[in-house]
Amino acid sequence: MYVAVKGGERAIENAHAWLAEERRGNTDIAELSIAQIREQLKLAVNRVMAEGSLYDPDLAALAIKQARGDLIEAIFLIRAYRTTLPRFGTSRPVDTAAMACDRRISATFKDLPGGQILGPTFDYTHRLLDFKLAADGEIPDAPLREPEPGDVPHVTEFLNREGLIEDAPNDETPPPDLTREPLEMPADRALRLQALTRADEGFALGLAYSTQRGYARNHAFVGELRIGTVPVEMEIPELGFAIEIGEVTLTECETVNQFTGSKTEPAQFTRGYGLVFGQTERKAISMALVDRALRWEELGEDFEGAPAQDAEFVLYHADNIQATGFLEHIKLPHYVDFQSELELVRKLRREAEASQLQEAAE
Amino acid sequence: MEGALDRNIPRKTWMGLLAKAPEGRVAALLDATTARPGFTWLRAPEIGSAMIRGRAGGTGAPFNLGEVTVTRCALTLESGEIGHAYIQGRRKADAEAAAVVDALMQTEAADKLRQSVLEPLASEMTEAKSERAAKAAATKVDFFTMVRGED
Repeated sequence: MYVAVKGGERAIENAHAWLAEERRGNTDIAELSIAQIREQLKLAVNRVMAEGSLYDPDLAALAIKQARGDLIEAIFLIRAYRTTLPRFGTSRPVDTAAMACDRRISATFKDLPGGQILGPTFDYTHRLLDFKLAADGEIPDAPLREPEPGDVPHVTEFLNREGLIEDAPNDETPPPDLTREPLEMPADRALRLQALTRADEGFALGLAYSTQRGYARNHAFVGELRIGTVPVEMEIPELGFAIEIGEVTLTECETVNQFTGSKTEPAQFTRGYGLVFGQTERKAISMALVDRALRWEELGEDFEGAPAQDAEFVLYHADNIQATGFLEHIKLPHYVDFQSELELVRKLRREAEASQLQEAAE
Repeated sequence: MEGALDRNIPRKTWMGLLAKAPEGRVAALLDATTARPGFTWLRAPEIGSAMIRGRAGGTGAPFNLGEVTVTRCALTLESGEIGHAYIQGRRKADAEAAAVVDALMQTEAADKLRQSVLEPLASEMTEAKSERAAKAAATKVDFFTMVRGED
C-alpha cells in the first residue's frame, strides 16, 4: 500500500527561517560582504569555481556565503546555476606557455630559463598561527623587482628537445563534454581530464597520495608548477574572427615520470597533466598524478589493480556533487521502503518462532 | 602612454581591451568622453557561458576545462554602425558600454575614443600587469653556490 504523507510544509518553512538566522550569526558582528569573501577567502572561492566548473569569483563568493562556508554545498549551488546558462560558444584552447606567471617552480631543474618564481605561497611558512591577523594589522607592501621580458617557457620543452620525454603533439580532435553527454567508459584522456579538473579535491588528493605510496607505482617529479593568468579567446560567429573575452587564473602542473620503455617505445620520461581554475596547486598536482596513473593502458604498462589506475572507479566517484547527492539522499524520508523492510523482518521472525514452537511441540 | 595604440588598431584588439576592462571602467571613460549616441538593440544584453578549453600536456589534444560566465549584446547606432560585445562575467551595463564603444570606433569619433577610452584602458591594464609581474619577479630565487672549504 502506498500512502502519501503531507504535513511537513510548516516545519520546512520554519527550518529555513532558522537557517537564515543561523547563517547570519550574531548580529552584533558585522555581516560579511561578497567582496570580502572574494578578496580575502580567495582560495575557497577558487575551489568552488574549479569544482563548480564555472569561473565567476563573485558567484562563487555568493555561494560560499549562502552555504555558510560549506564548500561542497557552495559547489552544488554553482553547478545548479551553471545549468541555467545558455552556452554562447567554446574558447580556443588556452595557451599556458603565454601565461603571466605569479608563480612558477620546477622540482627537476634548479636553473632554468625564467627562473624559480615562488609567488604568494604558503611554502616555507612555519605553519604557526599568526595572532597578528586576529588584530587589525596593516600589511607592508610586497617588494617589487624588474621582471624579465617575454613568456616563461615550459620546462618540458627542454627535455623534449633531447627526445627524453614523450611528446604531447598538437591535435585538434574535438573533445567530448561530460556536461552534455553522460560520462561513459571507456573514457579517453580528454574526458578523464575534464572529470579530474572538476573532481573533489580531497578525493583526487587521496588517490594521488595512494600512487606515491605504491598503489600504481609511477614515481612523479613536479617538472613544473605554474600559476597565473591567461586570456580566453573565443571565435565570434557574427564577427567572423576570434576575440579575447576575458582572462582567467589557472594552475598548471606537469609531472615527469619514470618510464623504462616498452616493446615499441625507448626508455623516456612520461607526463601527467593537471590544469585547474584558480590558484589551486594541491588539486593541480593531484590531478597530474592521477592522470598519469590512468594512462597505464596507452603507455603499455601493467594494470596492477590499484584504485588510481581504474578509470571507472576514479571517474565515477570523483564528483562530489554526484557523491553527496546519493549519499545524503538516504537521510530523506524512506518511510515506505523501510515499512516493507520492517514487514519482511517481522515475517521472518514470525516464521522462525513458529518453526521453533513446532519443533518444541514435537 | 599617449599614442600607445596604433591608429589602425584592429577591431579584435579593441574588443579584447573592452572585454577585459574592470567593472564600470569602460562606461566611466566613455561618458567622460562623449554623450552616448542613440541606438536600438539587435540583441539586448544576455548572460550565458563559454566553455574554456585546455590542452593535455599544455600542447596536446584539447579538453574541456570548465565554463566562464559571459555577457553579450549587439546594437545598431542611429547612424547605422553595429556594435558587439562579448565580455567575461555577468555585467550587462558593461556589455552595453563596450558595444557602444565598438560601434563608435567605426565612426568619425574613432580617434577621440581611441585616445580617451582605449588608450587609458590599455595603459591601466599594462600598469596592473607590470605591478603583478614585478611582485612575482621579487620572489624569484637567486641561487648561489657555497664555496666549500676543502683544499
